[in-house]
Amino acid sequence: MAKIRLDNIAHTYTPKADNPLFALKQMSLSWDDGGRYALLGPSGCGKTTMLNIMSGLITPSHGKVMFDDRDVTGLITEERNIAQVFQFPVIYGTMTVYENLAFPLKCRQFPEDQIDKKVKEVSEILNLQDFLKNRAKGLTADQKQLISLGRGLVREDVAAILMDEPLTVIDPDLKFRLRRKLKEINAKYKTTLIYVTHDQNEAMTFADNIMVMNQGELVQTGSPKELFEKPQTTFVGYFIGSPAMNIYECSASSSNEITVGSNTFKVQSNIDNTQSKGLKLGIRSEYITVENSSGENTIEADVNEVEDFGNYKLITASQGSLKVIAKVKRELDVPSEKIFLKFPSQHCCIYENDKLI
Amino acid sequence: MSLSLNNISLKPTDEYHLNDISLNFEPGKLYTLLGRTLSGKTTLLKTIAGLQAPDSGSINFEGKDFLSIPVWNRNVAMVYQQFINYPHLNVKENIEFPLKHRKMDPSLIEKEVSEAMKQVGLVGFESRKIQELSGGQQQRVALARSLAKKAKILLLDEPLVNLDYKLREGLRGEFKKLFVGVETSQSILIYASTDPLEAMQLNGDIIVIDEGKILQSGTAKEVFENPVSSKVAEITNDPAMNINQGTIEDNKLILNNHVQFPLPEQLKSMSSGKYLIGIRATDLYLDNQGFDFDVDISEISGSETFLHLHNSDFKCVATIEEVKTYEVNERVKINFDLSMIYLFKESGELQNSPYKN
Repeated sequence: MAKIRLDNIAHTYTPKADNPLFALKQMSLSWDDGGRYALLGPSGCGKTTMLNIMSGLITPSHGKVMFDDRDVTGLITEERNIAQVFQFPVIYGTMTVYENLAFPLKCRQFPEDQIDKKVKEVSEILNLQDFLKNRAKGLTADQKQLISLGRGLVREDVAAILMDEPLTVIDPDLKFRLRRKLKEINAKYKTTLIYVTHDQNEAMTFADNIMVMNQGELVQTGSPKELFEKPQTTFVGYFIGSPAMNIYECSASSSNEITVGSNTFKVQSNIDNTQSKGLKLGIRSEYITVENSSGENTIEADVNEVEDFGNYKLITASQGSLKVIAKVKRELDVPSEKIFLKFPSQHCCIYENDKLI
Repeated sequence: MSLSLNNISLKPTDEYHLNDISLNFEPGKLYTLLGRTLSGKTTLLKTIAGLQAPDSGSINFEGKDFLSIPVWNRNVAMVYQQFINYPHLNVKENIEFPLKHRKMDPSLIEKEVSEAMKQVGLVGFESRKIQELSGGQQQRVALARSLAKKAKILLLDEPLVNLDYKLREGLRGEFKKLFVGVETSQSILIYASTDPLEAMQLNGDIIVIDEGKILQSGTAKEVFENPVSSKVAEITNDPAMNINQGTIEDNKLILNNHVQFPLPEQLKSMSSGKYLIGIRATDLYLDNQGFDFDVDISEISGSETFLHLHNSDFKCVATIEEVKTYEVNERVKINFDLSMIYLFKESGELQNSPYKN
């Protein structure tokens, strides 16, 4: 096990071009030993490139890959002690579950008694102890995926287990079981787990720490709560949470007061460059409140639509070209025409050139 | 003129795929066929489209025996889960294909196609190749093709299920606006879904299907407020309504040895005995005065956290209105909004609901 560090890494698939296009723009980041991480972003954001750099399938065009103090940049996959779980379970169908789990240790010529001990231990954690003699191909999809994972767990020298969309082919009811298992395994073995996905809910459900990527850049690293409450960029505000964050262009009238259309809002940010043309206000639908009358940070708008989802309602309201989506409790009686919506100052996020101030 | 299904059954093996289904669809209305995977949704849609013949029963449309009409003459359009398009044709050619096949007047084709492209937001993409499109765009093409056909019956089989939730969120809103058009066109629109929130948002009539049987049909509000059985309550809520065995005895509502309440006012008239007790995940909440529960796993969905919990044999899911990570086996204190309790007979039939007078 090791701390994995990418040191000033960048990658281009066309290093000889005059103006090379970078699939990964320069960044430095690290994964602590034993952590539960997700690498999240839309397709084409660079997450697979990053995964391949960690596992050694790609040598980065710039920067170094460090496992603790060891520079592994030039090492091939086999020399890196990385285990991988893919979208589709990779198992040896004609072998028994026992033989599947023992395989990585057999290849490394471990003594039989050590193999036996390790396989039994891991199979109990994975609830596969009753299936050890069964052929692997007869198992359910989630059990097969556990075998793929188990082959990483039997090796004590594994620096990290990389999982690329591991729940894609798993039925919804089984997903639940497998998710719980993954968390338990991480707690027991303290193996670093890195989960790659485009699905925000999967990432947030699995990881303590999420690295959000977009267009080759690392845009934010944080806990699910941090990503939700303080998105560092407008992209994260849009991408995390449902509905997406409400985002408006604005101008600053002082360091803590902004104007959106004809409305003025007090905010708790400290805007240094009040002349900036690239200012935006972001506020989550969940934090907007419905008021009885006008007041501070409150706008008057026309109700366009109220959608009743049973457990909550979504209000779509507008003031000229300004559109507001507010999420409110189901009990609330929503006025049918005019509505007063308050943007509490502590929940107003101010962005300059799409980065949080 | 309405579409009616009379006692439709299909039993290819020992089990029914469709079990004695009778339904009536009115023109100009939107219906959501809501059921879990393998409940018979796709089979029912295929039967209406003519891609699958039932073993018994009849279908009438506009006063004619629909089953005797071959599929190509039924004036039905269907959109599938998978993005089905002609890969060798560009976007425009894909959309006009059925109209050309019908040998429609070229100027009329031009008009219908450009209208459909405008409706689904594909203007500017006319000459793009299908492979160059994202999943969301491909599904727009399939939808535009079915809209351009101006079919009297439009069948959509989980059209958004293969899209990332962020795309789904956007497209669902757009689809809903499109469907407003069914009223004017007097088409019948049937939308199959596994997602209760989708069904609520579409806000048409909901038809609940399970194991090939229709369990309930009614407006979204009716089905949400008064599900006829515990099964319907599970299927029409996400997370599924918590249903557990319980007892009313000595003026107490007993869920297990630990979790017990004084009998709430609205249940005082219920006789003592065993029931299935239902409560929605949103009606459980964190409360320092509450009962001890252990976390099985926490799942984050959009802006909410679903806590899967147990107190000895009593299992439930609670929705927490924030994004927060809980550890496996973490202890939390949970309370119940007793005004929102549902009672079902042991056989599943609804006995008492918060909305029943």
